[in-house]
Amino acid sequence: MGAIRTEELLLNVGPQHPSTHGVFRIIVKLDGEIITEATPVMGYLHRGTEKLAENLNFTQIIPYTDRMDYVSAMTNNYVLCHAVEKMMGLEVPERAEFLRLIVMEMQRVASHLVWWGTYLLDIGAMSPFLFAFRDRETIVQLFNELSGARLTYNYMRVGGVKWDAPPGWLDKVRAFIPYMEKKIEEYDRLVSGNEIFLSRIQGIGRYDAETAIRYGLSGANLRCTGVQWDLRRNEPYSLYDRFEFDVPVGKNGDCYDRYLLRLEEIRQSLRILRQALEQMPEGGETMGKVPRAIRPPAGESYVAIESPRGEIGCHIVSKGKAEPYRLKFRRPSFVNLQILPKLLVGETMTNLITILGGIDIVVGEVDA
Amino acid sequence: MDWLSSSPVTWYDALVVFLWGVVLMLVVLGFVTYAIYFERKVIGWMQYRQGPNRVGPLGLLQSVADILKLLIKEDTIPRKADRLLFVFAPVLAFIPSFAVLAVIPYTQKLYFADLNVGLLYYVALSGISTLAIVLGGWASNNKYALLGGMRSAAQMISYEVPLVISVTGVVMMSGTLNLRGIVDAQSGGWFWDWNFLPQIIGFAVFVVAAISELNRTPFDLPEAESELVAGYHVEYSGFRFAFFMLTEYVYVYAIAGLATTLFLGGWHAPAPFLDFIPGIIWFALKFAFIVFFLFWLRATLPRIRIDQLMGLGWKLLLPLSLVNIFLTALFYELFQR
Repeated sequence: MGAIRTEELLLNVGPQHPSTHGVFRIIVKLDGEIITEATPVMGYLHRGTEKLAENLNFTQIIPYTDRMDYVSAMTNNYVLCHAVEKMMGLEVPERAEFLRLIVMEMQRVASHLVWWGTYLLDIGAMSPFLFAFRDRETIVQLFNELSGARLTYNYMRVGGVKWDAPPGWLDKVRAFIPYMEKKIEEYDRLVSGNEIFLSRIQGIGRYDAETAIRYGLSGANLRCTGVQWDLRRNEPYSLYDRFEFDVPVGKNGDCYDRYLLRLEEIRQSLRILRQALEQMPEGGETMGKVPRAIRPPAGESYVAIESPRGEIGCHIVSKGKAEPYRLKFRRPSFVNLQILPKLLVGETMTNLITILGGIDIVVGEVDA
Repeated sequence: MDWLSSSPVTWYDALVVFLWGVVLMLVVLGFVTYAIYFERKVIGWMQYRQGPNRVGPLGLLQSVADILKLLIKEDTIPRKADRLLFVFAPVLAFIPSFAVLAVIPYTQKLYFADLNVGLLYYVALSGISTLAIVLGGWASNNKYALLGGMRSAAQMISYEVPLVISVTGVVMMSGTLNLRGIVDAQSGGWFWDWNFLPQIIGFAVFVVAAISELNRTPFDLPEAESELVAGYHVEYSGFRFAFFMLTEYVYVYAIAGLATTLFLGGWHAPAPFLDFIPGIIWFALKFAFIVFFLFWLRATLPRIRIDQLMGLGWKLLLPLSLVNIFLTALFYELFQR
């Protein structure tokens, strides 16, 4: 009897697959359940944001940034406004800057909650997803009161923010902090020690600091290897130099470290929020003195901030017109995703989902 | 129904047997309908949701509506599927799930078949469903379905072994394979006469292996939705899909009945002074508790990975169940002779 003829199985994961978090596609070659090759295919959600921006003035580009990383729209708003302000040398009133910082940190909490819930859903636990979305709902409602939208806020403007906080809004945020702190402890107890959960993610998707830097990873994907790199701390923007907070780092560089880091970052964000609410000025302008037509002087500028997913950057090339000559976003989801094919080789189909989820991508941002 | 086997079979007898079968079928279908409702409600409560509450009062008709929807859906068969096997697989999955119910005794008097090899009959028949799942996965001609089917085959074979060995201790204690006999052997009056305490290792192994046999969380790998989309039934729709789901819930019924019978004293009351409550109520209570336990797990645990699943089955459950047999034998040899 001859040897049994075996061949590799070419499996198309996505673009319509429940765990690729949107329309992302990976073509994997399987030997049994072991992956021998993985090729990510992107672009199903490409809307040409950067090209469209070349025909829009800067205020008009802001809503487009909302739709890139739709789980963290506030940080996207900020990076564009901040880049333009820096080019034009605009002053932002203190109250507006505080409001921006508060919404950005709330957004970070909300974004990590979405990640936490969906990641556990990927791993097969159903309840955490609903717990996380219940608490995210509070933040989304607060944003709704502030900006009139639940997901795509279009809240920030070059030189300030569109609306001041409505009466009582800051108190609601203040009340939310201890609530969320309690919930985070609860989540920690509920999930972090679970035997099945640990065996699923400990030691999975491991890489070292050098690899992470070579691939240009940022955010929790970089910090999990022990590199202390957080733009809020290393290149302070906004008012982050006024607050005390820790930049948590991992040491193993596996999915479990990334998981713990994101939980810890929620705690640190709440810490920043608490301090920001204390130091916030009572009243004041929410829009700085901005010329009617926003025309950054000719030249280039790159500004990067820390989004929940890592370093989000905005590179503007201006020719002194109201529209940018060229606009480029450094999208952390896209950059972080590049390490995926390397991580997947030799893993099982199940770990594919664990690793992909652990990177924390938002397909809107990958494809932009 | 002993009188049936003692006299020659007549048309009348055949009709009676058939009607009892129909009654059981209706009971089981009713159970499945409301087990699904109950599961969704229970999990809903655990997740701060309402659960179904739109169709009928309190959403009680939700499952009925779901089943109706499945029945009127277009019946699609992929062009490249193996038609015969594709059509045959759901039926093959369902028949054994229903057939095993025959041997489960509800009370001293109420049972359908009093087989002397009842336990073996159960184990042997339930193994056939695995075949149906593999068949369904293969016939769909879909890679996800194939992976799901293969996983299922590996999982079921690995867990059937500890499942059978874990109940061997019970058989040794009762000295019979007859399920009614096993319940009778637990009739001490108190709950510590039930098998789950003296056979605590066996019981633990049985519970884990049984959940795995049911393909329920945390062992729902064959249909792991976050990896394999829907696993072996990804290509099935309409009533064929309904058949697979039905099979799953009928097995919930069967395993809950079996666990009640083997380990929780069947229809016996937990204490002698509670004997005035009829046995069927006790059976139903224990049965409902096990069903609830299964749903509870679903809301609580993440899914285990396939290699870890195999490791757990072969390296932990199998040795444990063997140790259990050894301990039971030792105990009987030393103290009961």
